[in-house]
Amino acid sequence: MTTGERTPREGPHPRLAAQRPDPPSPASAAPRRRLAPQANRSNALHPGAWWIWALGLGTAASRTSNPLLLALLIGVAGYVVAARRTEAPWARSYGAFVKLGLAVIGIRLVFAVFLGSPIPGTHTVVSLPEIPLPDWAQGVRVGGRVTAEALVFALYDGLKLATLLICVGAANALANPARLLKSLPGALYEAGVAVVVALTFAPHLIADVQRLRAARRLRGRPDTGLRGLLQVGLPVLEGALERSVALAAAMDARGYGRTARVPDAVRRTTAVLTLGGLVGVCAGTYGLLTAEGTAYGLPVLLAGLVAALAGLRLGGRRSVRTRYRPDVWGPRSWLVAASGMAVAAALIVSASYDPAALRPGVVPLSAPTLPLLPAAAVLLLGLLPALVAPAPPPRTSGTAMPEATAKARPTSTARPTAKAPSEPSAAPRRSDLSKEPS
Amino acid sequence: MIRFEDVSVTYEGACATTVRGVDLTVPEGELVLVVGPSGVGKSTLLGTVSGLVPHFTGGTLRGRVTVADRDTRTHKPRELADVVGTVGQDPLSHFVTDTVEDELAYGMESLGLPPDVMRRRVEETLDLLGLADLRDRPIATLSGGQQQRVAIGSVLTPHPRVLVLDEPTSALDPAAAEEVLSVLQRLVHDLGTTVLMAEHRLERVVQYADQVLLLPEPGVAPVLGAPAEMMAVSPVYPPVVDLGRLAGWSPLPLTVRDARRRAGALRERLAGLGPEPSPDRTDGGRSRRTEGSHPRPALPSLDRTDGDRPRPASPSRPGPEPRRPGPEPRRARPRLAPWRRRHGKHDAPAVPAVPYENEPVAIVEGLGVRRGRVEALRHVDFSTVPGETVALMGRNGAGKSTLLSTLVGLVAPTSGSVRVGGLVPHRAGPRELVRRVGLVPQEPRDLLYADTVAAECAAADGDAGAAPGTCRALVSDLLPGIADDTHPRDLSEGQRLALALALVLTARPPLLLLDEPTRGLDYAAKARLVSVLRGLAAQGHATVLATHDVELAAELADRVVILADGEIVANGPTADVVVSSPSFAPQVTKVLSPQRWLTVSQVREVLA
Repeated sequence: MTTGERTPREGPHPRLAAQRPDPPSPASAAPRRRLAPQANRSNALHPGAWWIWALGLGTAASRTSNPLLLALLIGVAGYVVAARRTEAPWARSYGAFVKLGLAVIGIRLVFAVFLGSPIPGTHTVVSLPEIPLPDWAQGVRVGGRVTAEALVFALYDGLKLATLLICVGAANALANPARLLKSLPGALYEAGVAVVVALTFAPHLIADVQRLRAARRLRGRPDTGLRGLLQVGLPVLEGALERSVALAAAMDARGYGRTARVPDAVRRTTAVLTLGGLVGVCAGTYGLLTAEGTAYGLPVLLAGLVAALAGLRLGGRRSVRTRYRPDVWGPRSWLVAASGMAVAAALIVSASYDPAALRPGVVPLSAPTLPLLPAAAVLLLGLLPALVAPAPPPRTSGTAMPEATAKARPTSTARPTAKAPSEPSAAPRRSDLSKEPS
Repeated sequence: MIRFEDVSVTYEGACATTVRGVDLTVPEGELVLVVGPSGVGKSTLLGTVSGLVPHFTGGTLRGRVTVADRDTRTHKPRELADVVGTVGQDPLSHFVTDTVEDELAYGMESLGLPPDVMRRRVEETLDLLGLADLRDRPIATLSGGQQQRVAIGSVLTPHPRVLVLDEPTSALDPAAAEEVLSVLQRLVHDLGTTVLMAEHRLERVVQYADQVLLLPEPGVAPVLGAPAEMMAVSPVYPPVVDLGRLAGWSPLPLTVRDARRRAGALRERLAGLGPEPSPDRTDGGRSRRTEGSHPRPALPSLDRTDGDRPRPASPSRPGPEPRRPGPEPRRARPRLAPWRRRHGKHDAPAVPAVPYENEPVAIVEGLGVRRGRVEALRHVDFSTVPGETVALMGRNGAGKSTLLSTLVGLVAPTSGSVRVGGLVPHRAGPRELVRRVGLVPQEPRDLLYADTVAAECAAADGDAGAAPGTCRALVSDLLPGIADDTHPRDLSEGQRLALALALVLTARPPLLLLDEPTRGLDYAAKARLVSVLRGLAAQGHATVLATHDVELAAELADRVVILADGEIVANGPTADVVVSSPSFAPQVTKVLSPQRWLTVSQVREVLA
């Protein structure tokens, strides 16, 4: 089910919405709407909650190699993303993570086929010619027998890695990275801004490369191939540099980097605490890792951490910044985070009770079975966010988003400025779209 | 509010002072328009107010600028952030965050305002600028006009007392520009904000100005005065002022409404002279469209067109002539002639650059382009014949650029067919295609890779398979006085456009496409572009321009095609299409309606 199927609760034109009959909606949509309000800024989930949920699923995935359970985890993550992601640019990264996951599985299989595998096996699928290697390369094999066991093992292994990636992708698609960085302590704010600016620059850079490669075609040069890419490198970098200078000027003119005057004593204390804390952390870690230092290692590490955190906290006083509508960690955030942690806990517990079900045998080959309890835990607990997280507003696919992305494609010579239709035209079109039963 | 005390700015490495002898005061609550040809230091002057000049750009500032009693020498831009709001030329490079609401709050967060104040001001600003529906939208998905409004809103929330805007409407379609300007007017009227704004498209903004700050030429002290007085001596002026000067109206009208009130006598004088102005043009357009298969009458000779369509006559221009390298409008035609002869040498001597054919150079039938779920173009039928100039108009996002991209093969059609010079553009190899069609993109810089003009020309000769020196000769014609070792980045907007045009013309494509060619050009550069494009049309090049500039379309186009939501909604001779449209009619048409005049030069021609 896609979000497009959800009935728009508030159309852009209340008058129009009132006139038209309610489009038929799937029965399952009704309870979902009752449970979760439409998302807006006030009830937005804390991005940290999405990350905890996704990392919980990832932890669960790392505890099992059962392909059925892994597929279930992927399905749960995918469903929640489909149900709760917005139209924002970062939400589109999910597809890229899925592709990356598939690539990981493919690469893992290719390695298993050509470089052999330590898994002993009896079912030979195919025998490749083995390349003889000199003595010093003992233990390395190129080519040779490919067994079904090795392939299955590689598949399970790759699938586990792919599931982890897809979980991270889900968090990426659901949580706004900029808002996550906004939750950083004040002293780290500037580092956060640097990351946010870098995040917005990457898409611009890609759009620039595509636009300039397209422009090569206008000069009568082939617009594909590596050479084309290299030749546009310099202009792209020039453009990026110019844009960053313009942005720096704009940020400066808008008050970025204004600092409050703090007493000298506070400033000095901050420096001492931060530096001392970091030294303490280093010394403590060294102590923990060496044999003779175990006695003092842990206390020094802890003291260092406390000092460094205090330094950060004090350093925040220099910043005059305030925060506009920070994300609140409310009950829904608790539920979403708890859902992820519960899935992780369920699989960790069942891994110790019933390890065989979570790690189906490869030697000898056996068909994996779906262990009921862990599967139920994954399904029931993992899908909770699809019910409790605020639902994004209905898609307005007819208007800006797809067009803006299309503009960034190489096919367009226009600047990457989004040229969505201006509002007067967009509104009627949106209502047209929502009239169609989907 | 803003005081300049004998201010001059010199950049390092520049031989002359960029801005000199600025000594004036801008009172509170005024909308002051900064006017002048490009390169006179308008942006520098605006930069001194926000403190970005010289704190950010370098250079030496002499004298003193005070804004709300804060000296910009001792206050860095960030310390002026609460009194001055600045919006640059490109709103996209202004945005720090990714959604509308965050962007509006960013400046206030930096200033450390309490959260409840921020919340209230964001809501007020969303209403003031009509952005409430867009509050959660990612900025990248907004249209140009919406982005410009967000940029203005983002500097308004800290309640600055001065707003500095550099070309706020140059990238916008006429409707979006009105939207932004009405917001500015509201700020001035309701909040008493002082607005300092530079803009090339005076026809859009001059009526909103309380005062005009005129920078006549580089290094000359600017003058502040009433708009009508300043327009009387300005080297740059909108068509309505041009008409007023021609008719000798005093004080000069700045709005169409004022001009109409005074135009009674002029309309009477013009009444018998040509209710159907430029008959050659409209007839030409019609005959080309309807009698495409018949042998067309020979194109008017150079001399005749020269007589029939006078350039925006620079000789009658009072005030100092803008000093810019490049052909003067009147001299451009004779300069293009030798270039044509030179071209002749390469193939058959007697054959003109582009063979005149009766068949269209481009045929588009039932074209549809889909991107995702959006239909960028739908059932578009379009064709153009040699020697014809077509203007594509319509709001931002109507599909103009997409149509041009399809013609040049950057976009593959989803349905329908496109043929340019017998080729299917998106399947053709780039090398064959450049000889059939050339596109000058919205950002001419995209076409430039090399670090000197000479290297660029050599590359273009190679790409087009033309004889060495072809491109350089074109550059010398279009841009006289440009040295071989000039870096393309050092050229002005107009010069860069001319260079890109020369690169594209090196392959002598019969079909020439231009996307928003007048963005950032002043009136002089625009007049040169018009004369160059007319010369090309006279040689048989078909030209298609996508533009928001109604004055350019009126001046140049035989035919106007208006796109809306990916469909052609009007297609006909310029006079027929624009006269009936309130947003696409040029100023002269509005002033003299119901008579059908399009440009001042037509009127001048008849009266002379």
